[in-house]
Amino acid sequence: MKKNGVKMIKIKAKDVDVFYGKKQALFNISLDIEENQVTALIGPSGCGKSTFLRCLNRMNDVIDICSVKGEILINDFNINDKGCDVVRLREKIGMVFQKPNPFPKTLYENVSYGPTIHGIAQSKQEMDEIVETSLKKAALWEEVKDRLHEPGTGLSGGQQQRLCIARAISVKPEVILMDEPCSALDPIATAQIEELIDELKKEHTIIIVTHSMAQAARVSQNTGFFHLGQLIEHGSTDKIFKNPDNTKTQDYITGRFG
Amino acid sequence: MNKNKEQLLNKRYKAEQRFRLYGQSAIFMALLFLTIFIFKIFSTGYSAFQKTWLIVPVTFDAELMMLDQNPSNEDLQDADYYDIALKSMADLDPNANEDQENELKRMVSYFFEKEIKNELLNDPNLIGKTKEVYLTASDDLDQVFKGNYPRDLPEDQRRVSDYQLKIFDQLVANGKVESKFNISFFTNADSREAELAGIASSFMGSIFSILVCLMIAFPVAVLAAIYLEEFAPKNRFTDFIEVNINNLAAVPSIVFGLLGLGVLLAIFQLPRSTPLVGGITLSLMTLPTIIIAARASLKAVPPSIREAALAMGASRMQTTMHHTVPLSMPGTLSGTIIGLAQALGETAPLILIGMVAFVNTIPGSPMDPAASLPVQIYIWAESAERGFVEKVSACIMVLLGFLITMNLFAQIIRHKFEKKWS
Repeated sequence: MKKNGVKMIKIKAKDVDVFYGKKQALFNISLDIEENQVTALIGPSGCGKSTFLRCLNRMNDVIDICSVKGEILINDFNINDKGCDVVRLREKIGMVFQKPNPFPKTLYENVSYGPTIHGIAQSKQEMDEIVETSLKKAALWEEVKDRLHEPGTGLSGGQQQRLCIARAISVKPEVILMDEPCSALDPIATAQIEELIDELKKEHTIIIVTHSMAQAARVSQNTGFFHLGQLIEHGSTDKIFKNPDNTKTQDYITGRFG
Repeated sequence: MNKNKEQLLNKRYKAEQRFRLYGQSAIFMALLFLTIFIFKIFSTGYSAFQKTWLIVPVTFDAELMMLDQNPSNEDLQDADYYDIALKSMADLDPNANEDQENELKRMVSYFFEKEIKNELLNDPNLIGKTKEVYLTASDDLDQVFKGNYPRDLPEDQRRVSDYQLKIFDQLVANGKVESKFNISFFTNADSREAELAGIASSFMGSIFSILVCLMIAFPVAVLAAIYLEEFAPKNRFTDFIEVNINNLAAVPSIVFGLLGLGVLLAIFQLPRSTPLVGGITLSLMTLPTIIIAARASLKAVPPSIREAALAMGASRMQTTMHHTVPLSMPGTLSGTIIGLAQALGETAPLILIGMVAFVNTIPGSPMDPAASLPVQIYIWAESAERGFVEKVSACIMVLLGFLITMNLFAQIIRHKFEKKWS
């Protein structure tokens, strides 16, 4: 989104290196993510795009041997600083995973979990509202409004993934990270999620890792191409797909490798 | 070429058939042994649930009992029942000489005096009257009646004399011998007399030991498992701890008994022979079992659930307590029950801490001396009297019943509450 013709940058990554033990997984990644846009990260398997995504909400902390170097500024605040509180960071930066992973609890509990632990809702009524709006935004409300107290694991794959999106947006995050959110879904469910992503970008900045070039072309405004831990090229989706600067990008997009 | 292929294929099918046969015969063998074992236990043990009674006419002679007219309840309590008890047994054979009278007395348990007393206390109007009273037969006659006694041995090799057998046969012929369900097997504590011995003390001892064991082992083991699995850094030190927990699970139980003896009894001076000490000793033994089960079920919770919670901004503690631990509970609980079932069947450590002592009282708390079911089996199996043989099997039946119930419970918990991950 442009304000007065200037791109608003939400996330600024500067010289990010990631190591798994001694093995370096990401080399010198510098990437700006625009606010209220969808940024797609593409590249062949093992290129580091998911690793980069997980740097943005410090999910790599969970992996003992993983270390991250470099600066990642979100709203001009370096999240790799010692003073950064991951709990508050993850409240601001939601995440949707590759495989739908609803809690084995009821739909209602799934969506209300975030607001509960962050103390967002003051009353039962307020919580009901949050659950309803979140489910509505995730385009799931009509399908499940009569069975909010049934287990979330009983839904179909596509519904489960939308439930996970509803869960992620229940705490009104500024950024939503999506790690191949459609790879476990059929084409119809995929289309629903893609439509949803387009809707969500009005209020959230979205970064999506995807294997599907077509999906990247359909949903994103900006694209970054990763290969072997390097960010080869990034820019507007139009440019990357129609007129890439780098021949590797060209080869990947035209399906010559990957 | 084609023929070779055909042969190879046939060979492969034959190999599969052979393998099936091996498997089936292994299962068959296991079932066979199990059946023999169960059959043996049941065929020896079932008769212990029956008890033989002699129906003897007792004359409640006030004079012999040293009772005045209109005795109070206290008088009845203090009265002398020995003489009328002796007399009623002697009266079974009016021609008996002194030796024979003695033999007649030994046809019933030494408890007979008390049985007669209870009869009168229940109905004080019996004074001066005669009533047929059920008296517990001696353990040897009990076995005679159940057909387990070698009557054809020469008399000097038997504890039952020909004279006693003659009188007993007369009583049987007159319908004065009856077999009834053996309640006292469940309500009496251990006794030197087989006909009076019961499992109440050891059963309660086992229950108290298991409870103490559960209360110590469960919280400690679950906390240890959660810490090791969810919080502890993975480094050499935690690897070392993990290896040693597995080692601990393999330590022979008698070593834990020595530990209980050396530390709990000698240093901490806890009361000997009590379920408290037994339970603590058993809890040391159960600890690694529960830790391993709890860790396995924590590991079985998919990482995606942890990631989901963490990505929502839950702290590590919240992730663990809200999601991982509740999801791992069914596995942990059934592991705990299996561990307790193991502890329930443990004998060696309890013998070392003195729970093998002869206890003829029923414990009311974990601080009272008690035996436990497996130790009771051990004690009875060591006893010489024929009457204890069936008791051993009966006690095994009770113990097995207890164990099967616990394992069943573990299965139910596992199946009912375990979440399915599609």
